[in-house]
Amino acid sequence: MGLLEVNDIHTYYGNIHALKGISFEVDSGEIIALIGSNGAGKTTTLRTISGLMEPREGQVIYDGEDISSARADTLVSRGISMVPEGRGVFAKLTVEENLDMGAYARRDSGIKDDLKGMYGLFPRLQERRRQLAGTLSGGEQQMLAIARALMAQPRLLLLDEPSMGLAPVLVDGVFDTIQRIASEGVTILLVEQNAHMALQVADRGYVLQSGEVAISDTAENLQQNETVQKTYLGID
Amino acid sequence: MFKWRSDDFSWVDFTIDVLRVLIVLGVVVGAWNTLSSGRISFAQWVNLFAAGLSQGSIYALIALGYTLVYGILLMINFAHGEVFMAGAFSTVFLAEALNRTGFLNEQPVLAILLMIAFAGLVSMSVAILLERIAYRPLRGSPRLVPLITAIGASFFLQYTFRGLYGSGFKAYPGVKALQGVIQIGGISIPVVQVFVFCAALLLMLCLYWLVERTRVGKAMRAVSENKEVARLMGIDIDWVIMFTFGVGGFLAGSAGVINGLFRPQGVNFYMGFIPGIKAFTAAVLGGIGNIPGAMLGGLFLGVIEAIGPNLVLAGLGIPGANQLKDVIAFTMLVLVLIFRPQGILGERLSETKA
Repeated sequence: MGLLEVNDIHTYYGNIHALKGISFEVDSGEIIALIGSNGAGKTTTLRTISGLMEPREGQVIYDGEDISSARADTLVSRGISMVPEGRGVFAKLTVEENLDMGAYARRDSGIKDDLKGMYGLFPRLQERRRQLAGTLSGGEQQMLAIARALMAQPRLLLLDEPSMGLAPVLVDGVFDTIQRIASEGVTILLVEQNAHMALQVADRGYVLQSGEVAISDTAENLQQNETVQKTYLGID
Repeated sequence: MFKWRSDDFSWVDFTIDVLRVLIVLGVVVGAWNTLSSGRISFAQWVNLFAAGLSQGSIYALIALGYTLVYGILLMINFAHGEVFMAGAFSTVFLAEALNRTGFLNEQPVLAILLMIAFAGLVSMSVAILLERIAYRPLRGSPRLVPLITAIGASFFLQYTFRGLYGSGFKAYPGVKALQGVIQIGGISIPVVQVFVFCAALLLMLCLYWLVERTRVGKAMRAVSENKEVARLMGIDIDWVIMFTFGVGGFLAGSAGVINGLFRPQGVNFYMGFIPGIKAFTAAVLGGIGNIPGAMLGGLFLGVIEAIGPNLVLAGLGIPGANQLKDVIAFTMLVLVLIFRPQGILGERLSETKA
C-alpha cells in the first residue's frame, strides 16, 4: 500500500486554478521526482500535501488517513516534513537553534543524539553551530534546511527545489545527501527543475504541465522518453 | 549631511537641515545657560536622573508589549495602554485589602509579589482576549483595519473598567518598607526608585531569558521571522501569537503595580492613555520590534523627560519648564520619526516590514 496517495486534487490561489486534478502515489522507501517547468504546479502540489494549502477538491491520503484539510503544523508530528523553496532557514536564529526548531514537534529524549547525528552527517554545520543562519553560504543553508527537516524524524520528506541557486559542485553534494537519506528508509518526494539530476536519483517520476500530470513512468524510462529529453533534459 | 548643492537642491532636505541646526543650537544654548547659572546642584541632577530612570523602567516594561506584538504581527496594538490600566486598576482593590489586614506592611515582599502576579494575570487575560476577539479575525486584512480596531478596543476597555470600578480616582496604599531614602556620599535616593528600577530590571531579564533560551522563545523568534516555515516546523502559530500577547500583557500588568507603588495617585480608567503613548514612543525610539531597543528606549525617554526640561527648556528661559515633560517626550517621537525612523537599535526597515 502507498504511503502517500494524491487523488485528483484541485488547488486554487484565489480564483487561479493552479492544480487541475493531479493524482499520483508514493510508496514507502521510494524517491519520487516531480518535474516540470515554471508554473506547472510542482510547488503547489507540495504545499497542498504539507498542509500549507487546502485542495478545493480531491483527497490527500497519508498512511491510510485523509489529511486534505489538516493544518501544516499538525502534520509534522505525523511524519511529514518539508524543505521549502528557497530553503527558508531562520536567518536570525543560530544554526543550532534552527535545528532545535526542526525538532519542535518532538517530545522524546532522543533529540540530543539526533543533533549529534546531524552534525556527523554535516560537519560544516557543527563548525558553525553558534553562527546566525543568515551568515551561511547558500550551500550551507541548504544543508541546514535539510538537516532541520530531518530533525523532525520524518517518514516522508518533501523537498522543494533543493538545487536551486547552488553551484554545480554543491548540487552533486545535495543529491548525494538525498540518496543517503533515502537509504536510511525515509521516503522522498522531490520537486526539481533540474530534471537531469532528479531523474538520476529517483525511482519514478511524474511530469507536470499546467497543473496536470502529463507523463508518469519509471525514472529510467523518463530519461529515455523523447518529449522529456527535448523539453526538460535539453537533449535534441 | 548637507546635500543641498545648487544642482540637487530640495526644500525638504533644506528644511530638515535647518531643523537639525536649530535643535542642536537650542540644546547647546539651553544647556550652557543652565549649567553656567549653577541653579541646579550636582546632587539635584543625580536625583533627576534617578527619578527619570525609574519612570523610564516603567515605560520600558510597557514598551516591550508593543515591540513584542509588532515583532510578530507587524501591528501596533494601540489598546496596550488599556491592558496596563486593567492590571493597575484591578490590583488597587487587592492592595487596599492587603493593607487593611496589615499583610502589606508585615510581609511587603510577599505582598508585592502577590500584587504583581495578580495584576500580571489580569492584564495577560485582557491581552489574550483582545487578540482572540478583536485581532485574530482580522489577521490578513489590510494593516489599517486592525489599527482602527485597536482604537475601538481601547475605548471599549476604558469604559468597561469605568463601568466595573467607577470613574473616581483611586490610590495605592503606601508601603512602609519603600519609604525613606538611601544615602550615598551626600546624595539621597528614595528607596522606592531603587525598588522600581530593580523590579523592572528583573522582569526584563526574565523576558530576555524566555526569548533567548526557551523553546517557546525560539518559536516566537521563528514565527516573527517566517510564519509559513514556522508552521512547517510544527509550530502552532496561533498559539505562539496568543502567548506573545500574554507575555506583553503580563509585563504591562506588573508595570501597573510598580507604577502604582512609585506614583500612588491617579489610578483610574483613563490612566493607561498617556503611559501607553509614552511607551509607544519609547518603543519607536529604541527601534520597534527590537526587544533590547524597547528597554533602552524606555530608560532613555524617562531620563530625557526628567532632565530635558530643566537642562534645556529652563536654560532657554521658558517658564514652567517642568510642566513641559510631555512636550519633550513627543518632540522626541517626532524627531526620531524624521531623523532616524528605524530607532536607536533598529535596522533599516525593508519594504515588507515598513
